[in-house]
Amino acid sequence: MALPANQPVSREQAKVMNRFDITKRMVALLKHEEAVIGGIGYTNFDLWAVGQRPQNFYMLGSMGLAVPIGMGVALAQPKRKVIALEGDGSILMQLGSLATVAARGQKNLAIVIMDNGAYQITGGQKTLTSEGADIVAIAKACGLSQSMWAADESAFEELIALSLKEDGPWLIGCRIDSEKPKDTTERDPPILKDRFMRGLGVKK
Amino acid sequence: MATEQAWYEIVAGVLKRQKVDLVTYVPDNVLRPLLDLIHADPFFTAFAVAREEEALGINAGAWMGGRRSILLMQTSGFATLPNALASLSVPFQIPNLMMVSERGTMGEFNIGQQMVARTMRPVLDTLMIEHHTLTRADDVDFIMDRSITQAFATQVPCCFILSPLLTGGKVFAK
Repeated sequence: MALPANQPVSREQAKVMNRFDITKRMVALLKHEEAVIGGIGYTNFDLWAVGQRPQNFYMLGSMGLAVPIGMGVALAQPKRKVIALEGDGSILMQLGSLATVAARGQKNLAIVIMDNGAYQITGGQKTLTSEGADIVAIAKACGLSQSMWAADESAFEELIALSLKEDGPWLIGCRIDSEKPKDTTERDPPILKDRFMRGLGVKK
Repeated sequence: MATEQAWYEIVAGVLKRQKVDLVTYVPDNVLRPLLDLIHADPFFTAFAVAREEEALGINAGAWMGGRRSILLMQTSGFATLPNALASLSVPFQIPNLMMVSERGTMGEFNIGQQMVARTMRPVLDTLMIEHHTLTRADDVDFIMDRSITQAFATQVPCCFILSPLLTGGKVFAK
C-alpha cells in the first residue's frame, strides 16, 4: 500500500474536517477488534457517540495519557493493532510520549490527533497549535517518521487503512472543526475498564 | 529468614515470581543497581520514559491488556503523579505498582528533595493507596510478594518506598 498522493506539508494545508464524521469513518474501518483509546474531552465523547465497541477505552481524566495507555495495550498485546485518539491540547501536555513511542518503535500503534487549535470543552481558548506548533512536525522530530497530516476525508481513510495494515508506529494529524460532540461518555470508570478488558479477551 | 542477597536482587526475584515483566522508569542513582540487574535479565522489558505519569499510563494500558508492570522512580518523580493516580489508577481500579527510592530524609543535601518528600505519604494516604516503606532486606520479599498479590487480587495500586535504611540512600558528595 502506498501513501496517499495528496500529502499536506503543514497543518495549514490540511482540510478542516468534522470530528464525528472522521471518527465514524475510522471506526468503520476496524474489522479485527482493534483497540481504540479515547483521550479526554470531545475526542472521547465523539468516539462514544459513534458506538461503544468493547475494544474502546474511554479516559475520564489523566489528560495527555491516551498515547501512553495505547502504548501499554500495544506492549501487552503485540498482535493487536491499537489506535490512540488524542486532542491537540492533550498531546501538547505529553509530547515526551511521542519520543517514547518512537524509541520503542511500537509497530502495532497508531496515534490519531484531532486538532482544532482549541481547548474546546473549556470554552474554546486557543491551544499552542493555533499559535504555530505543528504536531506532525514535532512527531517527526521525535523520530516518528511515519507521521503525516490527513489532506481530507478520503486521505484520512487511506491513512487509517494503511496504519492498520502496515507496521507503525504511525501518527495521523487531523484538522477538525469546533462542532459540539454528538453525545457524552458515561462516567463509570470500573465499568468502562471491565468492558474494555473483556473486549481485549483479558477477562472472560 | 536470614538472607545474603542485596535488596535489589530480592526485589528482582519477587518481580519475576509475580510475573511482573514490564518495568518503566525515570531513573535515580539509588535505583541504579536494580535497573542494571533488570536490564541484564531478558525476562524483563525495561525502558525509561520522559515523565513518570507517562509510565503510569503505559502500565495501566499494559494491565488492561493482560500484562503486569511496575513503575520505578524517585520521590520528586512521585510528586508529578497525583492527577494521574486520582483520575486513572484509583477510579478505574487499576493495580499500578510503584517503587520510589526515598530522597529528602536521613542525610539529604538538596532542599528541593527535602520539601517534596514530605508530600509523598500524605498524597498516598489521601488517595487511600496502600504503601510500605522497606527498611530491612529481610522484610522485602514478604512485604512485596504479599502486597503485589493483594494489589492484583483487589485491583488497587500499591507503592513501595525504598528507605535509605535499606539502600544506603544518596549521600552528600562534596
